[in-house]
Amino acid sequence: MEQYLMRVKENKEITDKIYKITLKLKEINRSLAQGRQNKLFSPRPGQFLYIRVSDVTEPLLRRPISIYDYDPDTTQITLVYRVQGEGTKRLSQFKVDDDLDVIGPLGNGFPYDQIATNAHIVLIGGGIGIPPLYYLAKELVERGIKVTTLLGFQSKKDSFLINEFLSLGEVRVSSMDGSIGIRGTVLDLITDRDKWDTFYTCGPMTMMKAIQEKWLNTAIDGYISLEERMGCGIGACYGCVVKVDKKIDKRGYKKVCFDGPVFYFREVIL
Amino acid sequence: MSSRLQVKLGDLTLKNPIMPASGCFGFGREYVNFYNLSKLGAIVVKGTTLEERIGNPTPRIAETPSGMINSIGLQNPGVDVVIKEEIPWLSQFNIPIIVNVAGTMTEDYVEVARRISNVSEVSMIELNISCPNVKCGGITFGTDPKTAHELTKAVKEVSKVPVFVKLSPNVTDIVTMAEAVVEGGADGLSMINTLIGMRFDLKTRKPVLANKLGGLSGPAIKPIALRMIYEVYKHVSVPIIGIGGITSAEDVAEFFLAGASAVQVGTANFVDPYIMPKIIQDLERVLDEMGVNNISELTGEGWNY
Repeated sequence: MEQYLMRVKENKEITDKIYKITLKLKEINRSLAQGRQNKLFSPRPGQFLYIRVSDVTEPLLRRPISIYDYDPDTTQITLVYRVQGEGTKRLSQFKVDDDLDVIGPLGNGFPYDQIATNAHIVLIGGGIGIPPLYYLAKELVERGIKVTTLLGFQSKKDSFLINEFLSLGEVRVSSMDGSIGIRGTVLDLITDRDKWDTFYTCGPMTMMKAIQEKWLNTAIDGYISLEERMGCGIGACYGCVVKVDKKIDKRGYKKVCFDGPVFYFREVIL
Repeated sequence: MSSRLQVKLGDLTLKNPIMPASGCFGFGREYVNFYNLSKLGAIVVKGTTLEERIGNPTPRIAETPSGMINSIGLQNPGVDVVIKEEIPWLSQFNIPIIVNVAGTMTEDYVEVARRISNVSEVSMIELNISCPNVKCGGITFGTDPKTAHELTKAVKEVSKVPVFVKLSPNVTDIVTMAEAVVEGGADGLSMINTLIGMRFDLKTRKPVLANKLGGLSGPAIKPIALRMIYEVYKHVSVPIIGIGGITSAEDVAEFFLAGASAVQVGTANFVDPYIMPKIIQDLERVLDEMGVNNISELTGEGWNY
């Protein structure tokens, strides 16, 4: 992790309230990192950036935004976020060639090094939880791993990234009002014929909780990416903890920003 | 580092007056990813209790205008782990180590203070009588002058190092509290801890924090901290460590004018992990602008006008 200045290359609304921002690494915080090696900026899927959206004290805290895509050749990083409150509203107002103060990449990311090349992976995303799964899908497909993606939206007007995932494998879509895909939740997209080795999920808590319950007593492995309000973003303040099974970690809590945001699905109590 | 920034807290000399506020810096391990902690005047570690604490349920934090409220609940691994794992690691930075001591009863405060002050690398105890987020304990000590006096006295009896008492602002009369702990033997004061606050969620109609109440910190509380230090400064002869919404070298100078001899930076570390080295770098410029040679000359200067 390091503090960077990043230049905004693009920041536009791609669907209702959903924005895509592309940033290019400009410089490390050199004045203070004197004499230190310029650390390689190499974000992994599932990690996030911690972005300062105001240079005054309002809003005070940074905003954690997950990484949608990264191109090492151009050092361009892309995030997809939803304008939800004051912080993300400010983020949406940054213009091309503005500079952003960013800490990152933070968090552990999705573990996928051990996935066998003949495995079949399912990615399950709901709403604004979908973007971090794209970078993961790209990395998996690059290794020759088969990926199926289940995407859940409120309705057609909220849908996004479907074509991007289609270019990487099978995609199934659901919406609450049935205006796109089948009517229902992502769970309704799962059939008895599906045989997956590992799942990765990010989305609303109710969705991830339902997935956890569904597969708890099966052989499938899986990982859940959590969202939580953060203080420091780097593990110092213990603000963003999640309850974990005491059989796995006796302390009872783990930090979402530092130990996560990705957790083994049997470990966390949602 | 220039001696212009050197300050004294009793017999303890700090090369500069900047240190983290307890709870905002963990045990320092996260921030070494950004800079060498030896730049700091001192390190203050997270509130340490006798037994391990797992802390409060979530949500534990909420943003507020120019601040935040938290109810972490003193999550820490317990004094023995701190002594075995954290203090030896921190000693590599060759800066004074201040341990924030917390508890629920006089007995556990005293036991933590006894164990921690026997560690040769520990320079000072900061007695946390004011954490608003722990039930049946902390806050009672922090709001009743008699109990605070007795607790300070009991801890002073066992401690081999100076004891600074961290005061709660959630009292009617801060001067009475300050005088009570100084009479109990406090070698200095840290002030202020967080102010109790809360927020509500319009959708659920419930308090945002699982613990309902939390401690307000950040720039929003700076004027209150300045006022309390200013009031207390005239009534006590012990040094004061100023805390409350500091984000710049100018803020530091302001705290000195009110009566502080050193300061702690808390919430600002979350916004900018480099904030403390930046403030240290900026301080000389501020001293130049104010026409001051040594920063310690500013302590309590605000009273002269």
